Order: sequence, then C-alpha cells, then structure tokens
Amino acid sequence: MTGLAQTTDETMLVESARSFIDQAAPVSHLRGLRDAGKTYDPDLWAQMVAMGWAGVLIPENAGGSDMGFTAACLLSQEMGKTLASSPFISTAVIAATVFRHAARDKSQKALKEIASGHRIYAMAIDERGKFAPEQVRTYAKSTDKGYELSGSKVFVVDGGFANRLLILARTDEGLTLFDIAADATGVEISPNSMIDSRNAANITLDQVALKSDAIVGSAGKAMKVLAPALHAGQAAVAAEATGLAIAAFDMTIAYLKERTQFGVKIGSFQALQHRAAHLWCEIEATRSALMNAGRVLDQSPQDAGLAVSLAKARAMQTARLAVSEGVQMHGGIGMTDEFDMGFYMKRARVLAEWLGDYGYHAEKIAQARGL
Amino acid sequence: MIGIEEPEAFRFAVRAWIAENCPAEMRDGDHSPAHICWGGRNWVFESQAQQLWLERASAVGLTVPTWPREYGGAGLDRTREKIYREELERANARLPLQSFGIWMLGPALLRFGTPEQKRAYLPPIAQGKMRWCQGYSEPGAGSDLASVQTKCDDQGDHWRVNGQKIWTSYADKADAIFALVRTDKHAPKHKGISFLLVDMASDGVSTKPIRLISGSSPFCETFFDDVQVPKDRVVGEVNGGWDVAKYLLTHEREMISGGGTGVSGGRALGAVLADAYPDGLADQTLRNRAVETEIDALAISLTLDRYKDQSSAGQGVGHASAMLKYLGTELNKSRHEFIMSAYGSNALEWGAGFAEPWLRSKANSIEGGTSEVMLSIIARRVLDLR
Repeated sequence: MTGLAQTTDETMLVESARSFIDQAAPVSHLRGLRDAGKTYDPDLWAQMVAMGWAGVLIPENAGGSDMGFTAACLLSQEMGKTLASSPFISTAVIAATVFRHAARDKSQKALKEIASGHRIYAMAIDERGKFAPEQVRTYAKSTDKGYELSGSKVFVVDGGFANRLLILARTDEGLTLFDIAADATGVEISPNSMIDSRNAANITLDQVALKSDAIVGSAGKAMKVLAPALHAGQAAVAAEATGLAIAAFDMTIAYLKERTQFGVKIGSFQALQHRAAHLWCEIEATRSALMNAGRVLDQSPQDAGLAVSLAKARAMQTARLAVSEGVQMHGGIGMTDEFDMGFYMKRARVLAEWLGDYGYHAEKIAQARGL
Repeated sequence: MIGIEEPEAFRFAVRAWIAENCPAEMRDGDHSPAHICWGGRNWVFESQAQQLWLERASAVGLTVPTWPREYGGAGLDRTREKIYREELERANARLPLQSFGIWMLGPALLRFGTPEQKRAYLPPIAQGKMRWCQGYSEPGAGSDLASVQTKCDDQGDHWRVNGQKIWTSYADKADAIFALVRTDKHAPKHKGISFLLVDMASDGVSTKPIRLISGSSPFCETFFDDVQVPKDRVVGEVNGGWDVAKYLLTHEREMISGGGTGVSGGRALGAVLADAYPDGLADQTLRNRAVETEIDALAISLTLDRYKDQSSAGQGVGHASAMLKYLGTELNKSRHEFIMSAYGSNALEWGAGFAEPWLRSKANSIEGGTSEVMLSIIARRVLDLR
C-alpha cells in the first residue's frame, strides 16, 4: 500500500507538469482565449495529448500511459493552479473511465481515440440546476432499429467543442448511457457564455435515432460504467479546485508581503495573519483528503465513495474560502478584471457545481457515516 | 522479544502477546480519565489487573514502544508502533500507562539529555515508577511563555529556585516537575531560560489545586520557596532551555490535537444521534452540524496519517504540530458543543457525563499554546508574514 505521502515518481510528474503549464498555459492563456472570444485551444490539448495526459487512465494496449487516478488528480491539481483550460477532466478522466468499465470489444476503439486525441467527449447528465443523475428524464424510446432519444441537457461541460457526447437517459430498462456523435441528426448544441470563460453547453435532443450499439455497458445499467467514472471525475474536480485554492492563496500571501498601508506591509497585521494561517490549515487538510481519494481510487476503487465525496466537499469549501479571502485581502484591485483573482473566483464557483455541490457530497458522507 | 520481525509477522506476534498478557479487565476499552494508569511513587492501582498489565507491558518496553531498549522502550519504528496501537485497539485494550513523562519529558530527554540523565530518568518513566508534571506557565507568562520569571540562582554547588508556576496539571500528584526557570535575568528573554528538573518532595515546594469550571481540579498552582536543586538537573545548556521547551511543546501539541478527530476514542457522531434520538431527530440542523463536524474530523485525521507517512518517507512536515493543534482542538470543541446540543437538557446535569468533557474541551485551545498563538506561529514560520 502506498501511503499518503507523494512518491518520487509523482513528484517528478508534478514538476514536469508544472514547468509545461507555466510555459504553455499560464493564467494569461485563459485570459487571451477569453479576450479572443474562444473557450478552447486545440493546440494546447494536442500538446497535452502528446505528453500522454489524455491517456492517463487508459491501458497501454490502447495507447494510454495508464498512470492511475492519483496521477490524474495531481495533473488536474497542477492545471487548477493556472486555470489551464482543456477537456482533461471530461475526456481523459470521465469518458476514459466509462470506457474502461465497458466491455472490451466495444470500448477499445473509444479508448484508443481518446488517448490519441481524436475524440473529445463531454458528459451530459444534468437537466436542472443541480447534479442529480438518478432524476434524469431524457428518454430513449425503443424502436425497430434501436432507440430514439429526446430531451434536454444543461451544463454539459466542454459540450461546445466535443465531437462525442455521453448522454445519460432513461430507457424502459432504466438509466442507460449512450455514446453519440456531437453532430448526429437531431442534436442541437448551444454553447453558453460561462462566468469562468470556459465552455459548457445546453443540448437539445430531438428524436435522435440511435442503434443499440450506441449503448455503453448495457441498457438499464448505466451506473455500472458511470459510477466509477463519476468518482474519478469528482476527484479530479476536487483536485483542480485544490490547485486553484493553493494558487489563489499563494497570490494572496505574496500580496500581503508587498502591499504597504499605514507605513507597513499589510502582512504584519495580526488580523490578516491569522486569517491567512487559518486558510493554510484548511488547504493542508484538504490536500490530505484529496491524496486519500486518489489512493483509494487506485487501490480499492469499489470503496471510493466516501473518500471521493470527502475530497470534493472539502475542496469546494476550501476553494471558496481561498478566493473570497483572496479578493478581500487584495482590496479594490481584487475586484478588477485586470487582476487574475476574479478568474479564480469564477472558476471555483463553476467547479463547486460540477458533479455535485458541497451539499450533495455532504449528504453522501452522512449516509456513509451512519448519520 | 518483539520488534525485529517483518511488519506482518510483527502484527501476529504482538497480537498473540496482547492476548496472552493483557488481563481481561484491561480489555474493556475504557479510556476515560478515571481509569488511566498514571503511575508514580504513590500510585494506587485500581486493581491487580491494572498493576499486572503495567508490569508486563513495561517488562518488554511496550509502555514506551518507540524509545530505545536501553532506556526501557521496545525500540519500535513508526510502522511497527502503528501496528502495535492498532492491535491494542483491536483487542479493546487500555493503554498500560499514560503520563507527561511519556508524552513530553521523555522525548525532550532523548533529544537533549546527557547519557547520565537518560539513564536516571527514562527507565522510571517507562516503568511507571516516576510521575512528572509540567511547570511552564506563570501568572504573568501565559501565551508569552518566554517571559517566565521564576528565579533560579547559581549557588555554586546547587541551584536555588524561587517563584510560582500555574496550570501545573496534577502537580499535587506528581513526583517531580520539569520547569522553565530564569537563569539569566539580563539576557534577552528567550536566552536566559533553563529547563530544570525538580523533585516535588524537595523542601520549599508546595502546591494548591485550582477548581475549574468543569468542577474538577486537575490543575494546580505550584510554589517554589528557596528550593535547593542539584546542579546536574538542567536539561540542555544552561540558558538554552527555550530550545528544549519548544521541542517539548511540539510533542505536547500533537498529544492535545489528537483528541478531536474521533479516531482516538472519540464517539462517532452517528452513534450519538442514534442514542439521543431513537425515534427520529428533533430537527435537521442537528444532522447538518454532525456532517460538517464529521467532514472536518475525517480530513484532519487523514492529515495526521499523511504527515506520518511523509515523515516515514523522510519528507519534512514543516510546522505540522501547530496546524494539527489548531484544527484538532477547535474541532474537539465543536464536537462537544454538538454532543451537548444533541442530548439537550439530558446533558445538563452534573455527573451525566456530558458537561464535564464539554467544559474540559474549552481548555484544549488554550493549553499548550492558544489557537491564536498557533496561528501566529504558522503566519511567521510557514508563511513568513512579519
């Protein structure tokens, strides 16, 4: 059993990721995309694919690097530090885990094409303002040739540029997951202008005709392939939020050491010192929960529910605290668009809702702990 | 007898040893303060079983599992120590001995003591023959601990001590005290302190219990009136006591911080609610509070594990003790607040078992350095804010 300390290999992975991201995707990269009216940079994703990040959870025989969930979380955490914009979580983490749990003959092609960067996936689950996969109403009617899918989805992250969609729908058998082309007839995708300058779409499905082989796993058994993928995705979102919190915190500490008021550095004020120290403690505890989630996913994934929900719940609270303290301690400049802190605050708000908010995961924890 | 096997073999060996040696009465999982075996010259065992358990455990060094064998320990590394603790828990066994000597003085002596001091003081701690108390705070030196004023004058062939300590836990029951005293009043305050060992039976030492809000009196005032102390009782350098004091405080903080995580004997909050509300909750806010407390408890407990794993892997853990002390004690206070509200008016009677630990928990974020001192330490040492 690998413990909660980072291994030498993991440290090397983090360091190489760090140096790549600092050069290829600093915060100014996201800002540049936004100013150019874009939400996605295919070149950046192509470089990540070339480094094996798209295949981080894909077996080597399908062209992946198969580094495991802890590694995926560490990569996500590094991306969170600069808000690096890519379909990493939706494609390399969620979709790859879905296909890894599906029958091999059908999933091998999808895995290969994810690892090679040919397929970008978006996962369409939500239909209302909160994550509630069990309440999905999108319906796939049985037909002679297969299914006919109708309904609408919201908050489909990376849905605006993905070429494949995973749609969670209800069939007569129960919850069923479909793998469809984004340009299939009857699919209408409306990309939204999101606060975090990233991409999420609303999708309308109008009598989309599908063959039975569009089903991933089997009809009525979506959760068999989806549950592990959601756990992986939730851990990766928690990791991104933790990286985001660390970076927002570091910026804030640097500012406390630089800004002078009343003739002294504001970092000399005990009122601010104690709040900064409190935030540091919260981040440390959240990092432990995150590391634990990665280890449990790697070592006993069937028991990952509690560990993942704990990491997600903690990371959302910590990121929220980090960005609100970040803006407050920067004062007026923290409110300006010119300064990066606002980007962190807005991304933290989006991550808070993606794949279950604090309340959703707190409820899971309560059930797991007999409350 | 044990300690050299591979971890899994060690687990079986220690499990068998506990099964054979821990008396049935000591396997009731009772960790409540009234049943702790503190040891000492005047210790009265609550039962023959308690005495037997102490003798058997100390004979193989398992009262202080990580201390070197030559000083009464079992020489276990952290991995095997963890296994030993897990096996104790598994057997529902009480700890054979607990004391400030084990938690605080021992580690400080191992680090700073002379070979003679180690030989003289460590084995009696390990065997439960000598009970120590801690003389740090003074009426004028609380959070500003380095301003201690208790005078310690060099009289050539001995030290002469005059002054007063406060919040000395169990001073009235201890055999000896490790105290911070001022050996140079002209030096800057951190540079004139020495760490001195004083026998409580010395002429001129007296104690007076302080009654607390919880009704009990574990804390005392301790007075030194022309007390003569042999010259070889200073640990570390004369005027170098602050280094010893700080090192010891990190151990004290780790000990205090463990109370709140619910992994070391704390009650699971789910069990609290089930017990207090067999017919359904009074309101949902109770459950929400329980979940939030549980989330923090799990994260802190994992942080403890992570730091242990990091130090086993030879990685630094920085100022972990200040952080764990702050989060752990604040959490423990929340847990007791929650338990009090869960039981409502049933918790309000003295002796019902709720109010005393609730009130006691309020001291957690004061003793061993307040939460505010911990935050200041983190701000200065970790974040370099000044």
